[in-house]
Amino acid sequence: MGDYELSNLGVLESDAIQIMREVAAEFERPVLLFSGGKDSIVLLRIAEKAFRPGRFPFPLMHVDTGHNFPEVIEFRDRRVAELGEKLIVASVQESIDSGRVAEQSGPRASRNQLQTTTLLDAIAEHSFEAALGGARRDEERSRAKERIFSFRNDSGGWDPKNQRPELWNLYNGRINQGEQVRVFPISNWTELDIWQYIAEEQLEIPSIYFAHERELFERDGMLYATSEVSELLPGETPFTDSVRYRTVGDMSCTGAVRSSASTLEQVVKEIAATRITERGETRADDRASEAAMEDRKKEGYF
Amino acid sequence: MAATELLRFATAGSVDDGKSTLIGRLLYDTKSIMQDQLEQVGEASVRRHGQDGGIDLSLLTDGLRAEREQGITIDVAYRYFATPHRRFIIADTPGHVDYTRNMVTGASTADLAVVLIDARNGITEQSRRHAFISSLLRIPHMVVCVNKMDLVDWSEQRFAEIVEEFSDFAAKLEIVDITFIPICALSGDNVVERSTQMAWYDGAPLLYHLENVHIASDRNLIDPRLPVQWVIRPGGDEHHDYRAVAGQVAGGVFQVGDQIVALPSGARSSIEAIDSFDGPLTEAFPPLSVALRLSSEIDVSRGDLICRPRNQPQVSRDIDAIVCWLDQRAAEQSGRYLIKHTTRTATAVISSLDYKIDVDTLHRDVNVTSLELNDIGRLRLRTSVPLAFDLYNRNRLTGSFILIDEVSNNTVAAGMIIGEAKVGAEQAAELSAQRTVGVSWDSGEITRERRWRALGTRGATIWFTGLPASGKSSLAAATEQSLVKGGRSAYRLDGDNLRHGLTGDLGFSPKDRAENVRRTASVAALLADAGVIALVSLVSPYAADRAAARELHEQQGIEFIEVFVDTPLEICEQRDPKGLYARARSGELKEMTGIDAPYEPPEQAELVIRHSDEEPLERVLELLRSRGVVTSG
Repeated sequence: MGDYELSNLGVLESDAIQIMREVAAEFERPVLLFSGGKDSIVLLRIAEKAFRPGRFPFPLMHVDTGHNFPEVIEFRDRRVAELGEKLIVASVQESIDSGRVAEQSGPRASRNQLQTTTLLDAIAEHSFEAALGGARRDEERSRAKERIFSFRNDSGGWDPKNQRPELWNLYNGRINQGEQVRVFPISNWTELDIWQYIAEEQLEIPSIYFAHERELFERDGMLYATSEVSELLPGETPFTDSVRYRTVGDMSCTGAVRSSASTLEQVVKEIAATRITERGETRADDRASEAAMEDRKKEGYF
Repeated sequence: MAATELLRFATAGSVDDGKSTLIGRLLYDTKSIMQDQLEQVGEASVRRHGQDGGIDLSLLTDGLRAEREQGITIDVAYRYFATPHRRFIIADTPGHVDYTRNMVTGASTADLAVVLIDARNGITEQSRRHAFISSLLRIPHMVVCVNKMDLVDWSEQRFAEIVEEFSDFAAKLEIVDITFIPICALSGDNVVERSTQMAWYDGAPLLYHLENVHIASDRNLIDPRLPVQWVIRPGGDEHHDYRAVAGQVAGGVFQVGDQIVALPSGARSSIEAIDSFDGPLTEAFPPLSVALRLSSEIDVSRGDLICRPRNQPQVSRDIDAIVCWLDQRAAEQSGRYLIKHTTRTATAVISSLDYKIDVDTLHRDVNVTSLELNDIGRLRLRTSVPLAFDLYNRNRLTGSFILIDEVSNNTVAAGMIIGEAKVGAEQAAELSAQRTVGVSWDSGEITRERRWRALGTRGATIWFTGLPASGKSSLAAATEQSLVKGGRSAYRLDGDNLRHGLTGDLGFSPKDRAENVRRTASVAALLADAGVIALVSLVSPYAADRAAARELHEQQGIEFIEVFVDTPLEICEQRDPKGLYARARSGELKEMTGIDAPYEPPEQAELVIRHSDEEPLERVLELLRSRGVVTSG
């Protein structure tokens, strides 16, 4: 790189900071969704770069299914405390207790779909107009077509055929009462960019992203952790192996990958060499149908 | 970890041109398609086309259910791939449905456009539209891929016909850099690997071109611009007095200590520090997101533009612009909208609709009463507050805007400012020492770009500075010889030669030397504007004079490359071909640089040639290639 040139990560970071500052300036009540996962960890670093030494001009929010990995919840609380920022926890358990949603039953039950109601309820309760999230376009093909400022109607739904054109770095965040915008500052990052950035910035991440011994069972070709939220089917026998997680979601639908990568460097190397997508390898929720993600997003899913 | 550069490119065309096949080929051959994606596409291909249909790579890019059901592409899709040299973002835009709306979205941030032409059909209405929109949005580089060469027997003549026809059309547009590549996307010929079928083609395959096209100088590094997004004011005990204006640099370079002015208020201050989370910076350039701390408290807030006192944009409430209309509700005279320009939102009224452009013939229809969805036209806006802007062809970020419908909240237009340049009173006053008051520059009918393109040239000034007898003139002469031999127009402005005429009335006092540099720089800039590579060899000992020469070029958007021939004084004195040092030592010659007059060495020359360097000429040529002044290969 010569003078006045920026690397790929430098450009992506700078654009993400610009997007975040636009959100802060143009909305009265934005929120940043923080799950403790790698993408939202990067979002927090971007927010620090955009607003420090000032405080974040928005609170953080986590939609907690109650079935998250304990290591991730512990990390989430520690990171928020370090930053000295405010965290709102929207609880799926509370949505179940209050009768807003009904828990699925059986060994294949997942709380993944229930999150949408909890998220929309929390957005309405706090009158949030804009929610910053860590979704990326390389994750899934309907995401590949989503705008950075993604408009949602008054019931939280996405209309993929009627998106606003998005030009230069001029984002149109105008909405009417009750409508919202989901904003994805790291839309153009790939999974490898995320890992390289984490390594470059030396960001701390939950321990489950590194190889560790875990008790598992295999279902539909994926490796799931045994826990109190998982119910085994006949023929499934638990075993122990060295694994790490590529994504962090609900324990009931997030698969692990066999790995011995125990440092960031080793993880980056593995990600660079992998021939399977992140969601294809580890997310059962996208396997439901060819358009599973698109359908969930139309309902208001992140 | 090696830093890689990012290139964004837009592809335009329909499935019929083989666009999806081409993208599929790029992704597939660079191993960017994952196994599970390929399996998914394979299964979907069987469902769609049966067992014998092969893999339909268009299914990889069509992400929405409706697209797969109807077999069409609805919206811009973003794809990512990387090679060891570069990271790529493809904005894949559909060629038919709502083509303007989608292409404009994909093209607005692109560094390069790939236009596809079917070798059998030649140039169609659609390829003309793609070329026109790419030039309108000023995508700096264009690659025309003539596809399906296998179906025209790999014919060189057919390729040449298409190149000629397209070039004729492109000559009417403002396209600076255009490259033609004959390919066959289906078999991969000239996509990633060089074709063995077309030995007559001596250019590079597409991927090689994408990896090597020079994009760093596409940014405006001349006019410092920072639209203020946000003011960081933490308050509290620890940061009680902290206040910084934050934004993404949209042009030029800001350095600590620079005088700045905030527009539209005109308040002045200087940069005390450039802050970032990773520590203080000494300078900021596009597209860095930074926070500037100013040395004095001035009134500056979101929507304002920070620039330099001697390099200011225009400030006006009346704007001439070309717009692409993107909404079902047509634009009409007196229509009222919100305008978002940089970080400023205001209201704007269409004060006149001037004409509509027929995208196919480029004909201007002046009898226009409205602009419909996908129309492109010129209009004038009157805004509620003054906007500080540059022309779009000078800066894509400070020269663009969107219009928003206040009722539907839709983005209804993409605008590119073409308003006439007006020199602010302040700027004129500061420059009046060098300019005759009341005389303005008549730019004539032929723009620089059109001239350069027509002549197949690109002007620039190479400024060789150094002590007398340092070897400047010899190096400049060798450079001139090499360039001219290569078919480029190059001309040497040698300090000694010029004293026979242009600067013959000047002596060697600091004042006369400043005037000497000013005259030489002006002539060099004119030559460069005409398309010549001007090679100046001039002692030019004072840093301030050289800085003025650089600024003169930068103001006009002409490349200025400083080469410091850093030969030690002892060696220059040993050489002394004209006996100047000897005469100076004897006291016969006064004000001799290096003896009794100072030489201020450049601190940031683009190139430093040392006495020990072998092949200095090759280093100069290499620099010219890397700057895009001379094309490589």
